Amino acid sequence: MTYIAKPRLHHPTLATNKVGYTRRDYEGRISTLCAGCGHDSISAAIIQACWELDIEPHRVAKLSGIGCSSKTPDYFLGASHGFNTVHGRMPSVLTGANMANRDLLYLGVSGDGDSASIGLGQFANAMRRGVRMAYIVENNGVYGLTKGQFSATADRGSKSKKGVINSDSPVDLVGIALQLGATYVARSFSGDKAQLVPLIKGAMAHGGAAFIDVISPCVTFNNHGGSTKSYDYVRQHNDAVSRIDFMPQHSEITAEYAAGELVEVAQHDGSLLHLRKLHLDYDPTDRYAAMSYMNSHQARGEVVTGLLYIDPLATDLHTSMNTSETPLNTMSARQLCPGAGALDKINASLR
Amino acid sequence: MKRIEAINDFVIKFANVNGSGSASANELFAKAVMRMGVPVSPRNIFPSNIQGMPTWYEARVCEKGYHGRRGGVDMMVAMNPQTWDTDVAEIEPGGYLFYDSTRPIPESKFRQDVHVIGIPLTEISNAAYADPRQRQLFKNIIYVGALSVLLDLDAAVFEKLFAEQYKGKERLLDSNLKALHLGRDYVKTHLEAPLGIRVQKADKVGDQIFTDGNSAAALGCVYGGATVAAWYPITPSSSVPEAFQKYCDKFRVDPVTGQNNFAIVQAEDELASIGMVIGAGWNGARAFTATSGPGISLMTEFIGLAYFAEIPVTIINVQRGGPSTGMPTRTQQSDLICCAYASHGDTKHVLLFPQDPYECFEQSAAALDLAERLQTPIFLMTDLDIGMNQRLCKPFVWDDAREYDRGKVMTAAELEAGKDFGRYKDVDGDGIPWRTLPGTHPTKGAFFTRGTTRDPYARYSERGPDYIYNMERLLRKFKTAADLVPQPVLRPASEKTPLGVIYFGSTSPAMREALDVLDAEGLHLDAMRLRAFPFPESVNRFIAEHEKVFVVEQNRDAQMHSMLVNELEIDPASLVKVLHYDGTPITARFIARAIRQSVNPPQPEALKLPKQKELV
Repeated sequence: MTYIAKPRLHHPTLATNKVGYTRRDYEGRISTLCAGCGHDSISAAIIQACWELDIEPHRVAKLSGIGCSSKTPDYFLGASHGFNTVHGRMPSVLTGANMANRDLLYLGVSGDGDSASIGLGQFANAMRRGVRMAYIVENNGVYGLTKGQFSATADRGSKSKKGVINSDSPVDLVGIALQLGATYVARSFSGDKAQLVPLIKGAMAHGGAAFIDVISPCVTFNNHGGSTKSYDYVRQHNDAVSRIDFMPQHSEITAEYAAGELVEVAQHDGSLLHLRKLHLDYDPTDRYAAMSYMNSHQARGEVVTGLLYIDPLATDLHTSMNTSETPLNTMSARQLCPGAGALDKINASLR
Repeated sequence: MKRIEAINDFVIKFANVNGSGSASANELFAKAVMRMGVPVSPRNIFPSNIQGMPTWYEARVCEKGYHGRRGGVDMMVAMNPQTWDTDVAEIEPGGYLFYDSTRPIPESKFRQDVHVIGIPLTEISNAAYADPRQRQLFKNIIYVGALSVLLDLDAAVFEKLFAEQYKGKERLLDSNLKALHLGRDYVKTHLEAPLGIRVQKADKVGDQIFTDGNSAAALGCVYGGATVAAWYPITPSSSVPEAFQKYCDKFRVDPVTGQNNFAIVQAEDELASIGMVIGAGWNGARAFTATSGPGISLMTEFIGLAYFAEIPVTIINVQRGGPSTGMPTRTQQSDLICCAYASHGDTKHVLLFPQDPYECFEQSAAALDLAERLQTPIFLMTDLDIGMNQRLCKPFVWDDAREYDRGKVMTAAELEAGKDFGRYKDVDGDGIPWRTLPGTHPTKGAFFTRGTTRDPYARYSERGPDYIYNMERLLRKFKTAADLVPQPVLRPASEKTPLGVIYFGSTSPAMREALDVLDAEGLHLDAMRLRAFPFPESVNRFIAEHEKVFVVEQNRDAQMHSMLVNELEIDPASLVKVLHYDGTPITARFIARAIRQSVNPPQPEALKLPKQKELV
C-alpha cells in the first residue's frame, strides 16, 4: 500500500461528465491493499465506469462483506454511503437496503471466500430473487487477510504458495449465477480494463441481478507457478467470447463495427450494449447455450470471459413484489398507518 | 358421588387428534362463552406435528377474569383414544368426562369418582353426513352443540357466531347450524342438563377483545410504520409475519396504483432475515423480523453488527422451550440473557416484555420508534403462551395525531448549512449520535458503515482512545434507553409490607391471581411488573425498599434474577427465585405455593398433614 495521499487539487481542465463531476470525484480513500493487487484495478474500473455513466456518486450504495475485496468500497466513491457488513452476508444486507429504497444503485463487492465459501447460500439466494444490483466478486482463489489459505473457487490441483495442492472441486460462481436466474452474467480479468469497464457499466444499468466474476490475482499469495489465478495463467488461458461497449440512453453511436459481428442489446432503461462477438457461435441471450459453452470450454482449461449471458428485459425483486414506485423509506405515518378508525373496526371484529 | 358445582368458574379441556379440524370447533366454544359475557382464556397445547399426534385445548372459564392457567381439569372432552388414560386421570374428583360412546369402552377404562357423559357422536354424524371429511368436521360441531346444552350456553349465541363467520356462505352456515342442533337435540332428549358446572350470562367481558399476541404484534408493526419484513419460518413465531402480510394486503395497498407500500421476503434462513432487516434499517425503512430461540442464535453475529454500527432493528422473539430445538411447541421465558447480551464482545440490548396481545400491539409499534431513536436492535420478548393463544385484553388504541419518531437523522439542508456531522460523535450528551441516510447529499454526509472500530467521524481506527470513546458512548446510550423504554408497573399491596415480587411478560395473569389469593390469606406483597430492559432506577429503589423480593420467571437458570444482580449490582441474597420451566404456562397455584412456602416454611407438625391436591 502507499502512504502518500493524492492531493485533492486537480488540474482545472480535468474533464467533467454530464452531471458535473470529474473522475477524481469518484475516488475514495487510499487503498491499504498490497501494491499490484488486482482489486485496486477493479476499483479503478468502477470509478471509470461510474464517471462515464454520469452517475451522481451519492446515488450509489456500495456494500461488501469481509476480506481484502470487501475493504475496497472504502477506496472508491467516497461520496457514496458504504457498508462493510459481516463475512459472507453482504447479499442479504444489500437486499434489505434495496427493499427500503429502490431508487439508489446498489453495488455489491465481495470476494471468493466471502461469496463462494462462507456466503455461498446468500450469494445463491440473492441471485434467485433477482435483486437489482451489480454484484462483483473479486476472485483470487485465496484468503489474503489470513495469509494464503485456499478459498472455494481455487481449482482442484492448483498449488498454494506454501506448496499445498488443493484437492477440492472449485465452486464456479458464474455457473451458479446462470443456473439460479441472474439476468446479467459476465466474467472478466482485473488486468483487462478495456473489457472490465464496459462490463461494469452494463451491470450498473441492468434491470435485475447482474453478476461479474472478476479474476483478480493476489500478488502476495496466489501469483506463483502452479496457481490458476495468477496474472500469467489467466493471460495465457483467457478466451474472450465478446467485447462490449456500453451506450447510455440517447447517446450517439460512435463506435464502428464490422458487419456480422455486432449484436446490439437494448436494456430496460434504453441503454444499449454493443456486443462484438468474438465467437460467432456464441449467443449471449440464451442461458442454456451459455451454460453449455462455458462448461465445454472450462473442461479444456480455458477461462471464458466477456458478457456471457444477458436478459435485456430483466425484471427485479420489486417487480415480483409489486412494490410501490415511491421508495419505502420516504413514506410517512400518513401513508403507512391505517388510523384509529380502522383500528376500531378491527377491535369490533375481535369481540 | 361428589359433583363439582361451579358457575362461571371451571376448566374444560378438549383432548383431540391433531389435524382433525377440532381447533375451529374449540375456538367456537370459547367465543360463545365470551359472548355470554363471561371471560375465558383458552390455551392450545399442541405437538410439533401436522397430523395424527395428540393436541389439547384447555379453556379456563373465570368470571373473575383470571386469564392465567389454573391447573386441574373439571371437565374433559376426551376425543382422542391415544391419550384416553392420562386424560381421564387428569379430571378432578367429582368432575365430568365427556366422550364419544359410539364404540363401547370397557368398564375398567372409567373412573368411579367422575361423572360420565357418553354421546354417540360418530353415530350421529355418520347418520347425518355421507362425506368422510364432513363426518369428521361436523362431529366436532356436534360435540360443541352437546356441550352447549350441558353447560347451559345459549343457542342464539352460536347462531350469531355462525352468521358472522359464514356471511355470504349460506350452505356452510346451514350445515353448521344443523350439526350444532344435532348435538343439542341429543342431549335434550337423552340426558340431564345442565351439569353442576355451567355458564351463566354475565357482564364481565365489557369492550375487551379476544385475540392472539402474534397477530397483535403484526398489527402493531403495520401501525408503527414497518415497511420491510424479512423472516424464516419457525414455531411459534411464523404467524407474526403471516399476519403482517394479511394486514398489509388489507391496509397497505395503494388504492390508486395498486402497488404495495410494504415489502416482505421469506428469506433462506435467519441470517439472511436479520441481514435484510439491517440493510433496510440502515437505508431508513422501518424493518422487523420475527423468530424464536434458534433463530436468535443464528442472528447473533449480525445483532452485534447492528449494535456496534448502530442500526435500527426490531426483532420479535416469540420464545419457546430451549435450549437447541428444545420444546418447540411449549412456552418459556428462557432467551432473556441470550438476547440481552447477544453477540461476542461487550454488548447490551434493549428488551421489551409485553404481557398480553394489547401490549404486543403497543410495544411492537413502540419498538419501531425506539429502534430509530436509539439506533440499535430492540427485542420484543413475547412467548408462545402470549403469541399463539387467544386472550381477552383491552382493545387496541391508536392516536391519529401520533407521528413516528425517526430519531436523529441529519437532513440534506442541515448538511448543506454546514452542520458538523460525526456519525459516531456524541453531540447531545445522551450517547446517541446523528446519522445520515444513503443518498442524502451529493457531497456531504456520506460515511462508511462497518463492524470494525472507528473514530467519531466513522474513519477506521484501532486506536485505544477512539475505541474507549465509542464503547463508553454506547454505554451512555444504553443508560438513556432506560428512561425511554416502557416503565415498570407497580401494584402496591393492600397494606405496608416488607415483601415484594418482580415479574414480567406472560407471567402476569397468573401473578395477578396469585397476589389476590395471597392477599386474602393475609400475605401481602408489593408487585412490580417489568416492561423493559435496561432497568430504570425505580427497579433499584423497589428492591431496596423491601427485605425480600421474589423474582418470578419461566426458565431454569433465573435469567432475570441474574440480569437484576448483574445490572443493578444487587446482593443476590435479597432476591428469591421462583422458577417454573416445564413448558406449560406458569399458574397462580404454583406462584402462591412458592411464595407461601418461602415466607412461612412448613413447621414439623404441618409436614404430617396430608398435602393438598393443588400443591402436588
